[in-house]
Amino acid sequence: MNHVINVQVENKPGVLARVASMFAGRGFNIHSLAVGPTADPEMSRMTIVVDGPEMEQIIKQLYKLVHTVKVTELSPGQGIEREIMMVRVNAEASKRAEILEAAAIFKAKTVDVGLSTLTFELAGDPAALGDFLELMRPYGITDMAKSGRIAISRDVKTNGKKGRLRSA
Amino acid sequence: MSNTMTGAQALIHALESQGVDIVFGVPGGAILPAYDPLLDSPIRHVLARHEQGAGHMASGYAHATGRVGVMVATSGPGATNLITPLQDCYMDSIPVVAITGQVATHSIGNDAFQEAHTWGISMPATKHNYLVTDAADIPEVINEAFHLASTGRPGPVLVDLPKDVLAATMTWHEPKAIKLPGYRPSVKGHPLQVKAAIDLILESERPVLYTGGGVIRAGAADELRAFAELADLPVVTTLMARGAMPDSHPLCLGMSGMHGSYTATTAIQRSDLLVAIAARFDDRVTGEVKSFAPKAKVIHVDVDPAEISKVRKADVPIVGDAKAILGQLIDVMEKKLGGHRSPERTEWHEQIAEWQRDYPLAFEQDPNGPIQQQYVISELHRLTGGNAIVVAGVGQHQMWAAQFWGFERPNTWINSGGLGTMGYAVPAAVGAKAGMPDDIVFAIDGDGCFQMTMQELITASVEGIPAKIAVMNNGSLGMVKQWQKLFYHERFSATDLTRHTPDYVKLAEAMGCVGIRAERPADVVPALEKALAINDKPVVIDFVCDPDAMVFPMVVAGGTNDNVIMSASDLPDPAGPQPEDVI
Ligand SMILES: Cc1ncc(C[n+]2csc(CCOP(=O)(O)OP(=O)(O)O)c2C)c(N)n1
Ligand SMILES: [Mg+2]
Repeated sequence: MNHVINVQVENKPGVLARVASMFAGRGFNIHSLAVGPTADPEMSRMTIVVDGPEMEQIIKQLYKLVHTVKVTELSPGQGIEREIMMVRVNAEASKRAEILEAAAIFKAKTVDVGLSTLTFELAGDPAALGDFLELMRPYGITDMAKSGRIAISRDVKTNGKKGRLRSA
Repeated sequence: MSNTMTGAQALIHALESQGVDIVFGVPGGAILPAYDPLLDSPIRHVLARHEQGAGHMASGYAHATGRVGVMVATSGPGATNLITPLQDCYMDSIPVVAITGQVATHSIGNDAFQEAHTWGISMPATKHNYLVTDAADIPEVINEAFHLASTGRPGPVLVDLPKDVLAATMTWHEPKAIKLPGYRPSVKGHPLQVKAAIDLILESERPVLYTGGGVIRAGAADELRAFAELADLPVVTTLMARGAMPDSHPLCLGMSGMHGSYTATTAIQRSDLLVAIAARFDDRVTGEVKSFAPKAKVIHVDVDPAEISKVRKADVPIVGDAKAILGQLIDVMEKKLGGHRSPERTEWHEQIAEWQRDYPLAFEQDPNGPIQQQYVISELHRLTGGNAIVVAGVGQHQMWAAQFWGFERPNTWINSGGLGTMGYAVPAAVGAKAGMPDDIVFAIDGDGCFQMTMQELITASVEGIPAKIAVMNNGSLGMVKQWQKLFYHERFSATDLTRHTPDYVKLAEAMGCVGIRAERPADVVPALEKALAINDKPVVIDFVCDPDAMVFPMVVAGGTNDNVIMSASDLPDPAGPQPEDVI
């Protein structure tokens, strides 16, 4: 099963190499990884999707890296997960209309139109991206680029307390 | 002193501020700027004959003194030669700092002369590492490096310094307060966990304190002993924990595991509660994990949370410093007992005493036969009254030293446990002796190991560091040969060292040491006495030993600890399962 973890790390040179090296050295598998800035310029966030049963060890080993400040595992349903994808499909004139119709249902944006291809951009829930890909597969996918997953936890929704920004 | 200085001067100044009194290294092009101000510094530089030697010296020094050891090397090959000692220190949690030169920042990545990606190469072999790109950062980086090396779970830290950074001018400032938001090692254990641990201990009928090298690193030997006595707990000391509990203590069962005593290994197997203190359930201790101590609940105390439940699920995990937590355990136990004695576990103690009686660690020295290594070790112990720091290489001799030396104090057993680095003993002994000049430092080394790093005896004699080395000359890579004998149908592939046996006495003399040879059992005591009487030069004794002796007890790698092989006569069927592990 895939697990999504958010790792808050100090924004220092080489920190990505440290994380990658730790995963490689310990034999943990990375399914996807996305790195980017956070609201705090001294920190970066890595969203790592891992498959494997050793979640406890992975989290502890991440914490062991000196630059790791916080590790949060997002349990399914707790996080909001997003990916972005661009996909180019064969679209000869006779098929264009039906392809565009399907794309519209998924709210995929047409970003390029070629002689015999259409290229869509779709951002959203990883499952929806997967569905869209399946739908396009019969037409022939000629190229695809997909980002790593990013995720953020859902905020507190209770009325009484003021919702506070949880560091995820 | 003016505040304006070079990066190199700042480096030396920063090392002085850390209280460094000695560094071990080899100079070269990229680190040249740092060697110049070293001439004017009170810090002593010991010129090793190989950077690996410098690294193990720093490790031996740290082992023996408890202070941070420092190794210095130039870029490229100098730095890569440090990787073995760094990994060695990483596995055994030894606090060391490595200072390496690097090509100038503008050359990095250009395959410049003597360039290596030291930061990348050393990353997985260090607790943390730095590439300094601005001389102004040197005070903070050195301060952080020593802090990281010596706190939490100790370990190696490397600082890579490009030549232009060392040459650049900077203004010295006292290092700013350490700011490491991601590094906050726990010290005190959680009080509820400590209580839960005491409850389990009081309920247990067959408890064992399973102690690791972390007890020694934490300086917690006194607390360990006090707690063991208070709670009436038998103590097993792993290879790395030898000396954490006096071997002469009635509660001490000695070493467990692959070559541990029958009693220590079996007590753990039969226990209903393992109180693991700063031990990491290494495969040499557990054997086959699924059959390891099958009935035992586990309390696991460790400063590194990642060790807890890594191999064996802990019922009561306690994260923190072993010394602090043992103190807490003592407090809570004293309150619980309220002046009463801890529950009598007469049956358990009787059972242990019976094993000790029936399966002692023993050897026989035939006065007319070849020298047995255990005899050398026992006689050395007798002659020194056990007052020596013992350093070992890796192999049979190491196991015999761990088994037959009665350790009474922490920091008196220095060996390469986690990495099993052949060649460790000579340089580590030099480092230990440099740090503890008033102690007898005696290395028990293998002939194979000795041939890997013996050149550091030149360092020892030139620098006036009179360590003593016993070369256990069994003419073979004995431990590997033992496995070939047991598991590879006596097909001795590449383990014979007798095709040319160097004259170790002449070698010793050539390196400025005293050389002594002992060929028969009757030579052993006079040779040791002679060596012990020499205090101004390093001494090498060539003990020509039994080439066929094997280390027992033994648990086959990956096999169950229920099956302790006591002698060659209860060996497993060679046609049976083969060991899948490495030596
Ligand atoms: C650097 C290194 N290379 C190889 C090994 C594998 N190895 C383990 S013990 C051993 C033999 C050691 O021989 P010696 O020093 O003569 O010790 P003995 O076992 O004979 O006492 C070898 C080759 C090792 N541990 N370290
Ligand atoms: Mg040998």
